[in-house]
Amino acid sequence: MNTQVRVEAQRSIPTAIDYKVYHDPEVFAAEQRNVFKGRTWCYLGLEAEIPNAGDFRTSHVGETPVVLVRGQEDKVFAWVNRCAHKGATVCRSLRGNQADGAFVCVYHQWAYDSEGTLVGVPFRRGMKGVGGYDKDFDPANHSLEKLRVESYKGMVFGTFSSEIEPLEDFLGPVMRKYIDRVFQRPIKVLGYSRQYMAGNWKLYSENSRDSYHGALLHLFYPTFGIYRQSQDSAGELAEQGFHNVFTVSKPKGDIDYTSFGDEANREMQGATKLQDERLLQFRPEIDDDVGLHIQSLFPNVVLQQIQNTLATRQIVTLGPDKTELVWTYFGYADDDEETTRHRLRNLNLVGPSGLISMEDGEAVELCQQGTIGAEGKFNFIEMGGDDVREYYAPMGMDENAVRGFWKGYLELMGDALSASTAEVPA
Amino acid sequence: MTIADPVLQGLIDSLNAAYGLCLDDGRLEDWPEFFVEDCLYQVIARENVDNGLPAAVMYCDSKGMLVDRVVALRQANVFPEHFSRHLISRAVVTGSEGNTVTAEASYAVLQTRNDGETRIFNAGKYVDRFLVEDGAARLVSRTCVYDTHRIATLLATPI
Ligand code: FES
Ligand SMILES: [Fe+2]
Repeated sequence: MNTQVRVEAQRSIPTAIDYKVYHDPEVFAAEQRNVFKGRTWCYLGLEAEIPNAGDFRTSHVGETPVVLVRGQEDKVFAWVNRCAHKGATVCRSLRGNQADGAFVCVYHQWAYDSEGTLVGVPFRRGMKGVGGYDKDFDPANHSLEKLRVESYKGMVFGTFSSEIEPLEDFLGPVMRKYIDRVFQRPIKVLGYSRQYMAGNWKLYSENSRDSYHGALLHLFYPTFGIYRQSQDSAGELAEQGFHNVFTVSKPKGDIDYTSFGDEANREMQGATKLQDERLLQFRPEIDDDVGLHIQSLFPNVVLQQIQNTLATRQIVTLGPDKTELVWTYFGYADDDEETTRHRLRNLNLVGPSGLISMEDGEAVELCQQGTIGAEGKFNFIEMGGDDVREYYAPMGMDENAVRGFWKGYLELMGDALSASTAEVPA
Repeated sequence: MTIADPVLQGLIDSLNAAYGLCLDDGRLEDWPEFFVEDCLYQVIARENVDNGLPAAVMYCDSKGMLVDRVVALRQANVFPEHFSRHLISRAVVTGSEGNTVTAEASYAVLQTRNDGETRIFNAGKYVDRFLVEDGAARLVSRTCVYDTHRIATLLATPI
């Protein structure tokens, strides 16, 4: 048979993205420039992780290693963890305290202060008049690469961009309102987990904005006879489209899941009873009934409150198919021991072993594996329409926020994401 | 160091060996039976333990919660198909009082997924408290402190 095909250039649009964006090393490199080092504020960590002068933690902006430090005057700084001499990693620990505020590269002992300014070079004048740097050598020109740093409610962000608007404007009023909600009182860090996915960071970014999969991929609730779709839910997007938040309010009255059973294709077992209901217990502690708050802030963090779990999930892009998710769990500073234990019990629901969410790691890898060799083929993101709306309720069966992600992403990438050729029936 | 009572040592090592094989053979429903009713099982990153931070990726403080995990694994959760293989060292008994014994043992859990490659999935140590009664040991608490703080994809099957 002689089927004719013609080759046509096709561009990715928010409802149809070329699968090559998950695999192409050139796209990945362009993202590092245009997204992570471009006009965005990237999440670096929580102020509560570095409460004292000299406290530091290593972090990432995209693939670039950076260090977040609290300086002597309580100001927080961030710099690229790359020695200005020969590029060695300067700070080699995950976290700690540098009491004297000096970070010394082990290789030739160049020393930097907490702001990242070069403050000491051994044998700068040489030894016994031999060697040393030229007299024109000016340490001021050899500091670590510094980021602009701003915090909002204890979430610290950094940027490489000199033109970007202030952090508060980048987040916008809607996102700020929800950040305020979680950070209504001082927090304390409860710990970390790190989850490594053999998949592209955007697959995870889509996943956290995808309300369609929630009740279909994650079957913990229906398995135990708890179907949550009948609750009040809403989705809101920031103006740029790429930040979003989902909220679901605490169930009112009985919940039934028959409508779910009719629609879903995976077989539903008869409800099993939970042996220990403390696992799911929810104690409203913010002045509303919201039991689930998942907020994705472009490009690299998710802020969540699910039941009584509070966490940030930082996305680290280590390669086109290598993504690390750093979970930072926290509670409120005034939690008593019993409250902390309750949070630990709730934490079973989320994270790399999360009973209601572990499937996300698998979904990312499945999409990565499935799209190998699929350059020029496109996904299909039209659940709930083909537009991007700033508010929608209920938020369930809609890919609005995924389209919002792509809208913002494509704008930042501009021409860097060149058109692909696709085979189209003639 | 003192040499632990060989009978006690044998009881604990036997429990650990049976525990590993139970999980590796996929007999998940039997796994809660290694624990007493009022138990604690947690899987926690060493980086948290070393920094005095309590957050664990699994935290079950009753046998019922262990059962709930198993039911979820069987019926709800989606994860890469895999085999686990536990390699558990001889236990070091760290104390005993009445019929309560504390001990620690190193473990490595190897994982083989459908691609057929066997990878070191999780390495760490068990920090345990046992109840020794009627010639058998059961776990009062097991804390799996893992070194492998970068979890590959997700951690579904208990350690
Ligand atoms: S590379 Fe850092 S001092 Fe030489
Ligand atoms: Fe999910």
